[in-house]
Amino acid sequence: MATIKVHGVPMSTATMRVLAALYEKDLQFELIPVDMRAGAHKQEPHLSLNPFGQIPALEDGDLSLFESRAITQYIAEEYSEKGEKLLCPGCKKVKATTNVWIQVEGQQFDPNASKLAFERVFKGMFGMTTDPAAVQELEGKLQKVLDIYEARLSKSDFLACDCFTLADLHHLPAIHYLMGTDSKVLFDSRPKVSEWVKKITARPAWAKVIDLQKQ
Amino acid sequence: MDCLQMVFKLLPNWKREAEVKKLVAGYKVHGDPFSTNTRRVLAVLHEKGLSYEPITVKLQTDEHKREPFLSLNPFGQVPVFEDGNVKLYESRAITQYIAYVHSSRGTQLLNLRSHETMATLTMWMEIEAHQFDPPASKLTWEQVIKPIYGLETDQTIVKENEAILEKVLNVYEKRLEESRFLACNSFTLVDLHHLPNIQYLLGTPTKILFEKRTKVRKWVDEITSREAWKMACDQEKSWSNKQRN
Repeated sequence: MATIKVHGVPMSTATMRVLAALYEKDLQFELIPVDMRAGAHKQEPHLSLNPFGQIPALEDGDLSLFESRAITQYIAEEYSEKGEKLLCPGCKKVKATTNVWIQVEGQQFDPNASKLAFERVFKGMFGMTTDPAAVQELEGKLQKVLDIYEARLSKSDFLACDCFTLADLHHLPAIHYLMGTDSKVLFDSRPKVSEWVKKITARPAWAKVIDLQKQ
Repeated sequence: MDCLQMVFKLLPNWKREAEVKKLVAGYKVHGDPFSTNTRRVLAVLHEKGLSYEPITVKLQTDEHKREPFLSLNPFGQVPVFEDGNVKLYESRAITQYIAYVHSSRGTQLLNLRSHETMATLTMWMEIEAHQFDPPASKLTWEQVIKPIYGLETDQTIVKENEAILEKVLNVYEKRLEESRFLACNSFTLVDLHHLPNIQYLLGTPTKILFEKRTKVRKWVDEITSREAWKMACDQEKSWSNKQRN
């Protein structure tokens, strides 16, 4: 029986982030669905797992965690010997650079990308109308971030270093949604970014996350 | 004989100072002593008793949005931290780096006992960054920074973000009933990361959100009265007195 339990749904970007890490590490886990439409995430018992009423939450034996980027980092450290490496091995200075780019995703990329995915993809799913002014503003901000990524990826195969790390993985869910919309041109029009997107979305572990969505 | 001693032996006096400075790579902090993100880094440096050279970036004239600053941080933000030839930005990456490198010195800011204890700490650092900081930094921007630049506070944005912050502080209130500080029973980076915004908000009407919750209030009193934090907020002691002219 799996000791790792993930409470979430395959459609949620934050849940996908955690699932990607689990698949990269080849770990057994049980995905326990949370009925978002019924508001289960805002009630007990879910609130005991995540008092902020969000998904995902993870249980591993006695340990209970939430915040997807804390969960992925725990998985990467605790199971560092299993499956794919998700952190750059090396001294503290190398780890610091990985952490810089983990922060960049969380502070610079995600605030714009996830709102843009919300406008372009999720609003439609829930019968709401996309706001074109918001889309324009968010795309403008995201372009500036991607210009920096383009320069970075001219010097480095992946964002933190020359190997795939959590810094790249954390981007996958928002990129996945945006590549299915007109916003994909932001990524396609930048050669290094486009190459990087193709590489990271082609990973077998990511394909397994997408498969879960289809079930 | 180590490198330092070799240098002293070989170089004439006038050259020694410059060479030693190069060898003993000093920390540099590019930023502004009033910037929340810069203070986050200064706080850690003071908790660890580390020396550093502060280099002022003139935010008022948009120095951070142009070269040569953009070569340090292409995102055009302060602070930037230099350790030899390593340049770091994103204040929370910098604080974690300093806390790890100097984990056996000064205040213990991490919980390195096990992967599980570190995971809980990482989780609360994410909470500060993704739950607390968005409303708190918008409230600081509207009520503290905009007036400095002669801009008007937007009370709708204040009201909206206070409502969001209240929900976060409700979670904190419950957490602080079980734990003396947010991640565990000792002061860590998690609590420290909150200090810059909390300090500014205590000077605004938003302070009541912290004061009306008993556990939160006690926690705020405790973390804001730390010596290292007071030093980080003292513009003369932590910045102008340390600068090389």
